[in-house]
Amino acid sequence: MSRRFMSILAASLLIVLCVGVTAVGATKELILATTTSTRDTGLLDVLLPIFQDQTGYNVKTIAVGTGAALALGSKGEADVLLCHAPASEIELVEAGDVINRQLVMHNDYVIIGSAKDPAGVKGFTSASEALRKIASSGAVFVSRADDSGTHKKEKAIWSKLDYQPSGQAWYLEAGTGMANTLNIANEKLAYCLTDRGTYLSMKDRLDLPILVEGDAILLNIYHVMQVNPEKHKVVNGPGGQAFVEFMISEDVQAIISEFGIDKYGSPLFFPDAGKTIEDLEG
Amino acid sequence: MDLIAEGITQAFRLLIKGDREVLRIALLTLRVSGLATMISTLVGVPLGTALSLWSFRGRRRVAGFVNTGMGLPPVVVGLWVSVFLWRTGPLGFLRLMYTPTAMVIAQTIIALPIVTGLTMAGVGQLDPGIRLQMLSLGASSWQLVCILMREAKLSVLAAIMAGFGRVVAEVGASMMVGGNLLGQTRVLTTATSMEVSKGNFGFAIALSIILVAITYVINAGLTRIQQQGQ
Repeated sequence: MSRRFMSILAASLLIVLCVGVTAVGATKELILATTTSTRDTGLLDVLLPIFQDQTGYNVKTIAVGTGAALALGSKGEADVLLCHAPASEIELVEAGDVINRQLVMHNDYVIIGSAKDPAGVKGFTSASEALRKIASSGAVFVSRADDSGTHKKEKAIWSKLDYQPSGQAWYLEAGTGMANTLNIANEKLAYCLTDRGTYLSMKDRLDLPILVEGDAILLNIYHVMQVNPEKHKVVNGPGGQAFVEFMISEDVQAIISEFGIDKYGSPLFFPDAGKTIEDLEG
Repeated sequence: MDLIAEGITQAFRLLIKGDREVLRIALLTLRVSGLATMISTLVGVPLGTALSLWSFRGRRRVAGFVNTGMGLPPVVVGLWVSVFLWRTGPLGFLRLMYTPTAMVIAQTIIALPIVTGLTMAGVGQLDPGIRLQMLSLGASSWQLVCILMREAKLSVLAAIMAGFGRVVAEVGASMMVGGNLLGQTRVLTTATSMEVSKGNFGFAIALSIILVAITYVINAGLTRIQQQGQ
């Protein structure tokens, strides 16, 4: 009994070690912290296998809200970031946490809601006017409330109105990813601010048409940036640089411009490498 | 109703076709939770037995810790394991974050107190007469432990099943320390959670059916061992 016990113990320790060693052995790994929209739309499923083939890096994608992605970056827990909250990203650039920040692509945010449109915002050209109307009508609005890029954008619009919706009965704070938030909005037939990419990828399952679009403030801009390897010595500098170069390469930009057309009739993202934010807003 | 039917058909289709990705996810689930349960058993059963048989100073306090540990929420374990395993954390040099090993560590921390605590309770329930009788027959302490564990087989196996059930079902810790990486750390619970969040309810239902089926098969096997000779 005791010998058998010892041999089982030894065998299992060996297995643990093997599992551990294979993990340690894979040094060519790259941690990508990104927003949920790039995963939920399926874009990364298309791009990452190509990157892995080209460079041999084993990419670990941590899909979280942009706030969490930026936090992982500034802690040195990720090597490269793909995010969509320009104002917060610039703070990290200025703090020296990230370098080599490049514009990759954009799409836009839209305000969706039930076809009945209880607040009567359909066709508004100003997103802030639409939110003001929703707030004053008390119609249910579902917020990401997870410090993601989309949530930061929503907060920016509220603060433009000088209005604090948190705590109001009609203002639901989901604290979760975009797709999950859309599901909640759909169940509640509520208004919601969403990026167009995730919305289009889920449109078939949603009873919520687009009500407001086209306002310049609704622009959704994605940047890729590498975490500064000089700030944290664990950061994979060459890998991060390779990924940044990959995302703005001609081939990848071409793939982005076509991505989603076959499935949704229109692209989910528009490639922007080499442009500036002013080009987009102008 | 359509959705449930769709989920069930999809589950069977995935199982019959042997979808490679689903197969890999299911195998990893078994590997991670199985290993965590095995380590918890190897450590927890002797530890629980010891805690129930030997009296020492502070035994009650240790037992209290173990019983508290039985209620550790997986997200709490996930957070603390993350803090230690992050590459800038104290154990970061091991480079274990976002690997199956990290998941095994987290799940072991979750399962170990359950196996230990339930073993402790099971062995403690045995008639103390057996112990005295064995000692008077001249049994060595090791033989005594073996005999008591055989007597407590029902509860020890129930302890193992409870431990396995807990870790195979948890999602919070695996999501945090594993990262739900496709082909690397995605297990059935994290995959189900992600598919629900993406709105693929049919696929999520299919995964959930596969998870329950696997749990059933494992527990049926353990129950068989448990009930042998009863």
